[in-house]
Amino acid sequence: MKTNAMQRADFAAIANWVKPGARVLDLGCGDGTLLAYLNEQRGGAGYGVEIDDDGILACVENGVNVIQGDLERGLSGFADGSFDYVILSQTLQAVRSSERVVREMLRVGREGIVTFPNFGYWRNRLQVIGGNMPVSNRLPYQWFDTPNIHLCTITDFEDFCRDHGVHILERIVMRGGSAVTLLPNLLGSLAVYRFERAR
Amino acid sequence: MDSITDKQSVGVVAPRVAKFEQPLKLRSGTTLDSYELVYETYGALNADRSNAVLVCHALNAAHHVAGRYADDPDNVGWWDNMIGPGKPLDTRRFYVIGVNNLGGCHGSTGPQSVNPGTGRAWGADFPVVTVEDWVTTQARLADQLGIRRFAAVMGGSLGAMQALSWTIQFPERIGHALVIACAPNLSAQNIAFNEIARQAISADPDFHGGHYYEHNTRPTQGLRVARMIGHITYLSDDEMASKFGRQLRNGKLNYTFDVDFEIESYLRHQGNKFSDYFDANTYLRITKALDYFDPAAAHGGNLSVALETATASFLVISFTTDWRFSPERSREIVKALLDNRRDVTYAEIDAPHGHDAFLLDDARYHRLVAAYFDRIATEIGA
Repeated sequence: MKTNAMQRADFAAIANWVKPGARVLDLGCGDGTLLAYLNEQRGGAGYGVEIDDDGILACVENGVNVIQGDLERGLSGFADGSFDYVILSQTLQAVRSSERVVREMLRVGREGIVTFPNFGYWRNRLQVIGGNMPVSNRLPYQWFDTPNIHLCTITDFEDFCRDHGVHILERIVMRGGSAVTLLPNLLGSLAVYRFERAR
Repeated sequence: MDSITDKQSVGVVAPRVAKFEQPLKLRSGTTLDSYELVYETYGALNADRSNAVLVCHALNAAHHVAGRYADDPDNVGWWDNMIGPGKPLDTRRFYVIGVNNLGGCHGSTGPQSVNPGTGRAWGADFPVVTVEDWVTTQARLADQLGIRRFAAVMGGSLGAMQALSWTIQFPERIGHALVIACAPNLSAQNIAFNEIARQAISADPDFHGGHYYEHNTRPTQGLRVARMIGHITYLSDDEMASKFGRQLRNGKLNYTFDVDFEIESYLRHQGNKFSDYFDANTYLRITKALDYFDPAAAHGGNLSVALETATASFLVISFTTDWRFSPERSREIVKALLDNRRDVTYAEIDAPHGHDAFLLDDARYHRLVAAYFDRIATEIGA
């Protein structure tokens, strides 16, 4: 397996959280790199959900279990509480029904893990102040061809969790592969959250 | 046949016959004292006998899965686009077996065979056989060939039901199941289509209650209609529209009841072709085997429980325009496998051809199967 996990700073953070042998569902798993990485690091039974044909093929090539489907249409093929973790890695900002997807994550999984590019990162803010939509490594698209339709800041996401019965268990904010603790919504480019249903 | 295709063909093949003297108790309760199965093999069995792949046939096919016959070069195997050197199921790495199922009409013991009890053809008296019976006989064939465990069992449609049944009946003897264009059981609509086909056959005056061999005749007309009905369910509405639309056979309406539209001509052609080579008694039995298949039935309709003992890894594939066994039916299988935490990959191929897509040469579909067999080959070191 050709892991390009190093290019994905969030992978190591996620792997740290996932307990060995845990059951993992990775939504929008792409070519299955994260799952292959987790299988390698953590063992356990992982499945991906992916809509794209090329992603499915790549997952088979990478030896990862994958179910072709559209996560926007819900996770009806998955039983309640059937996974320890449901992961949505750098996909939240691209889903249409963000609220429904998070709700489904917490129906199917005991815990959810999401990662997303922080729109509040100072470079993004600067570009907006300069008069343009941000384009960067984390947000490599132009406004007219971006799949990212629901970009948010760290503060936005935490407000969302509070208002939708989502209890945040842990948060890591990163920039360039290292953790940011000072002024995370300003200085961090990537947010990684672990959460559960609020009791 | 161009040279590239030829290089990827298993070439000239010949069927063989396996004889079984051990009595076989069928699901129906009937016992067959002895029987024969016709089969073909492609590729070579490796030293540790770990690279065998069984390919199960669907309704109208048989053991001639790939290659061609020396005396009949136009008779190319029914899944030749899938199996051969360099093809998705690569015969340079795998030993592939195709077998004509019990009750068939291509050489295996069936209604046309002699009933040892009467000395005449079985005809209507040949027992009803089930998917489970077929799998049992396939396992006995594997015993004869010295194959303890299949690297994979593969099939489309009714063939996929056999692959699925393998994982339940002989979990320790199958590494992977490739379950393509399948359903965990037939819907009422599926059964209804089968029943019309059976009625068409049995209403044919030449049917003689199934003992037509004795009358030196065949219920050809009934079999034609049965095939026409079946064929409609294999194609999608869109595929029929794009292939035939409302095209007229002779450019004008005839104001008679003969063929006006191309689709009528096509269905008649398919019906005629089929009734030339297929046996009506076999057709009746195969449709019953389809109707009866329901592994969940013994577990209160719970497929997840039915698959509890399965240990194989699965590749499940459906086709978006298949309305006979729709993607939803495949997802039922996937859900049951997920409930049991089995290794499963599920792909929904966006193909326009309907149920028949599993037989066609679709690049995305074939690439996926190739990648999956590549994974199996790596596992077993083939």
